[in-house]
This record gives sequence, structure tokens and C-alpha cells, in this order.
Amino acid sequence: MSFYHEHISYSWEEIGNQIYQSTPEDVARAIRKDGEGTLSDFMALVSPAADNFLEQMAQKSHLLTQKRFGNTMQLYIPLYLSNACTNGCVYCGFNKHNKIARKTLTHQEIEEEAMAIKQMGFEHLLLVAGEHPREAGFNYLQKAMKQLRQHFSLLSVEVQPMNTDEYRALSGEGLNTVYIYQETYNKSHYPMYHPQGKKANFRYRLETPDRLGKANVHKIGLGALLGLEDWRIENVFMALHLRYLQKHYWKTRYSVAFPRLRPHAGSFAPQHPVSDRQLVQLITAWRLFDENIELSLTTRETPYFRDHACKLGITSMSAGSRTEPGGYARPSKELPQFDVSDARSPESLVGKLQSLGYEAIWKDWDQALQ
Amino acid sequence: MLEIGKSTFQSRLFTGTGKFRSNQEMKEAMEASGTELITMALKRVDLNNPNDSMLQHLKLPGIALLPNTSGVRNAKEAVFDAQLAREALGTSLIKLEIHPDPRYLLPDGEETLKATYELAKEGFTVLPYIQADPVLCKKLEDAGTAAVMPLGAPIGSNKGLLTRDFLRIIIEQSQVPVVVDAGIGAPSHAADAMEMGADAVLVNTAIAVAGNPKCMAIAFKQAVKAGRMAYEAKLATPSVQANASSPLTQFLEH
Repeated sequence: MSFYHEHISYSWEEIGNQIYQSTPEDVARAIRKDGEGTLSDFMALVSPAADNFLEQMAQKSHLLTQKRFGNTMQLYIPLYLSNACTNGCVYCGFNKHNKIARKTLTHQEIEEEAMAIKQMGFEHLLLVAGEHPREAGFNYLQKAMKQLRQHFSLLSVEVQPMNTDEYRALSGEGLNTVYIYQETYNKSHYPMYHPQGKKANFRYRLETPDRLGKANVHKIGLGALLGLEDWRIENVFMALHLRYLQKHYWKTRYSVAFPRLRPHAGSFAPQHPVSDRQLVQLITAWRLFDENIELSLTTRETPYFRDHACKLGITSMSAGSRTEPGGYARPSKELPQFDVSDARSPESLVGKLQSLGYEAIWKDWDQALQ
Repeated sequence: MLEIGKSTFQSRLFTGTGKFRSNQEMKEAMEASGTELITMALKRVDLNNPNDSMLQHLKLPGIALLPNTSGVRNAKEAVFDAQLAREALGTSLIKLEIHPDPRYLLPDGEETLKATYELAKEGFTVLPYIQADPVLCKKLEDAGTAAVMPLGAPIGSNKGLLTRDFLRIIIEQSQVPVVVDAGIGAPSHAADAMEMGADAVLVNTAIAVAGNPKCMAIAFKQAVKAGRMAYEAKLATPSVQANASSPLTQFLEH
């Protein structure tokens, strides 16, 4: 059994109908659940009917987040190891058809990046790579983690999906968190966006969190790419996924991310763009649904949006990000996966957070706990 | 005067360090609370860095540090974490927190008991965070615990003493100090626990996320004192029996 079996028992259209039939009364009831909502409450919170309740949702989301996470914001930084990729995902800057310079960091280059990042003060590091088994496969990642765990308290990855044994092995090298975004839960449309490469396998990707749970990885990050499909339906499927995982792998922590499509090489135009107002609805809906879930927001978003979003329920943020391999030690404009919108330095973000009444948390894990 | 292991405390309010807007605000709240024991997650500090910002802010006169093992998932990890803490911070006090469930942070009694046996044997002063489970408390005494820290409600919930009936049994039976931990959301909850006879309370979220943490710290300080005084002065308990107007046993006097 895996989530795949549960997934195929639901229909995209029926879930959509239920969401769009939600009434203002359903929304009001869902808001009163105080972070302990059911799936039908979540449907009401992401429905068009909830738009009129946005301020109320935001106020409650703020209080619930403050109670559970305090006046703090966790900070992390991505380290792009490689932009080599064998997939042809239509929305991604690393798509193998895009004519961009490809680069996979050497041992020495990784060391240089690590030192540049350490100087900024980060302890939580996210390793990112395209899917290229020969250039940046399991062995490459294992070596990189062995090297990096000496410098950082917490290592996470956003890379190709792997098998259970490989995840176990990486845990032994200090792996704490795996971010594995389904991109879309719409099974029939998934192939349109992922026509080639290993990522074309919808089921293997969908079952990745099951493999992570079995491998006892500490934390799993879920996400659906905002802009591909109807975000309301997409997120209800993700909520189903989360509840399934929480029941089956109860020792694992979970986080939810909100990657909104940004311009990049190849210029894919999102068919279902998500507005700022809708993104606020989505973030607060998640908090009202689950008061304990970690919610994260990257530098894809603008400083203006991020500065306000930190009061809405977000608990972790990236900062100072460069999305091209080697970009910290030797910045270049040629290789990025997407253009960051919030290009502020970590110090300037930390200063802003302080002025908003938030303490930045650089370290909340220790390799001794691994 | 409260004694836990070899340490003695005038203040019966223990506090936590998480969730504050800044380390400076935390420091001011700690000082205002009159606390003499502050708990701090080992994973939050860099034990190898003497300039660690949080540790710097916690060097306060008359206040002992109580490192906690938050983040560990079993007894083995907890014992390892405690050993690291003792080595780096030079204290044998350890708050044992083993919650393999990261969602509700509920403590694992079985692993906590195992770790308590091990740590007590190694000379630690163990303060385990546990469910309000009276049987587990007695087993922990056998294991050599220095105190027990039953929860009033889930961590960070501010819901007060939801486990009241079990806390009452624990307090009545315990041979070690009982510190009510988790769930205390208001000074009245703290006073309530102290009136029941708890030896101390541990408060974090309610102070850290208050509009004015320093003021709230003072409010808790006073509530804990008042609650303790009331307990020592022997509270007039509400009468559960009706005073019958027609006595039923008076006939015996004839």
C-alpha cells in the first residue's frame, strides 16, 4: 500500500465540485476549528467563498502560528550543486532542451561555496540538483553530504527521488530533510508537464514520501507548483497526502511549501496563475487546517510579499539565495533555475524580521541528533 | 525552599527560552520572572562556539541552565545528547524530552524510563517530561529520577490543567518534586497548579508570545508565589457534602 492507491480512489473533478460548492457557513465553521480542521474544512478554506473571510483567516492564522512557533523565523539557504538534467519538464529552467551552460560542482567548488555560505552565518543548508544520475546521482550526493556535514548543522536536499535504501544511506551521512514536490497531483495532466526523463513517472514520484517515511528520514517537505493546475484542487490533494503520511509515518515532521511559478529560460506561461491575494488565502488556509505544520516561502517571492507573509503563518524562509551552481563564490547570471525576486542579503532580511518583531533562527538542529 | 537533586531553588517558577522576539527580550523576561532555572534546547545552541548568541544571553547571575534533549527520538539519542550537554556546559542537570511524535510533541514514556535508568546511573540529575501518568511516575522514582514533569496539556497549547485529576494523584503519591510542565497558558493556571501542591511549574510559550513578555513574567512570578502560599496556608476546600438538617446518626446518642 502507498498513497498512490488512495490517490486513485479520488476524482479530480469531484473534489473540484465539492470545493466550489462550499458556502460562507462552511467557511465560518472551518475558521472556528482553530487549526484542527478536517479535509472538508480545508476545502471550504481554499474555496472562492473564503475570499470574503480573508482578514479573519489571516488574524487567526497569525495567532495560531505565534502560539506554536513563537515570534521566530527559521532561515536556510539553497546550495545548487548541479543544473545538469535529463528531464524535460516544460516549466523548469533546467529542462534538458534549454540552451544554458551546464555545470556540476567539483569537490573543490563545493568547498568554496560552503565557505562563502558559512560566512553569511547559515547552519541549515539545502542541496539542490537537477536529475542527472551520471553527473549528480546518488554517489555524487553521498560524497557531497559527507563533505558538507562537517560544516553545517542541518542538511536537506531537493534532488531526484531515490529508493528507500539510498535514503537510509544518506541519513547516515547527515540527511535531515527531503523536499519532494509532486508539482501536480493531477494524474492525467502530469505527463503534459513532464514529457521526458525519469520524472515522467507520476507514480514513482508520488510514492517518494512513502519511501522517505520507511527510511525514517526526519522531515519531508511537500509542495505543488502553483500555476500549473487549479491551486484549490491541487492543495486539497496535497492535504489528503499530508493526512495519509501523518497517519502512516507519525515520527516524521512535515512542511508545506508554496513554489509559485516565476519567469525563467524557456518562458513557460502558467495557465492557472495564482494572485497574491489567493496565495495569502492558501497560506492561511493551511495554518487553519493544521496548526503544527511548518510552512515555508522562498526567495521566488518579492520582498514586499515576504515581509507581510511572515505574519500570516510562514515559519521558514530561504535568504540570500543564488540559484546557479557556484553562485556564492563566483556569481554568474547565466545558469539560474529561476530568477530570485528577493535578492536582499541575509543581514538585511534579518534586520527586517527584527523590525517586524521576529527573531531569526539560524540553528535548530545538531548533527549529534542524526 | 525547593530541592531537586543537589540543587536548591527559592523560586518555583522554571522558564523556557523558545519563541521570543529576540534574545534580548528573552533575557529581560527571565530576569523579571525571578526564575533560577531556565531550560534550553541543545539543538538551538552551538556548544562548540563560546560566542553563541543564545548562550551569551543566558549567562545570568543566580540562574542555572537546564539543557533539554528536545529533538531526540529515543533513549539512546537522549543519553548521548545529555552526555554532550554535561561535557560542554558543565552541568549534570538534564531535562529529558523524548517525543518521537513531532506533531504534538507528546512524550514517549517507555523510552523516557529507559533513559532515566541510564542517566541516573551516570550521576545525572534527571527531570523527565512525561504524560500525567501516575504509574510511570512511580516507575521513574525507582529508576532514580530527581523530579517528574507531567504535562498539564499539550506543549504550547495554553489550555491549562486538562490533566488535573491525574496531576492530583501524582502529587499525592510522589516522593520526588512534581513540576507541572506544558500547557500552562495563564498565571491563573500556574496558581492553580501550585494550589494543588505542585512543587514548581515550567512556563515558556505563555511568557514568550505575550504582548509584553517582561510584564507577563512578573505576573507568573506573583501567581506562582500566591499559589504556593495558598497551598501552604491550607486552602479551605469546597464542601462536596450537604449539611443535612436532619442528622441521620443522632439517634445513637440516646
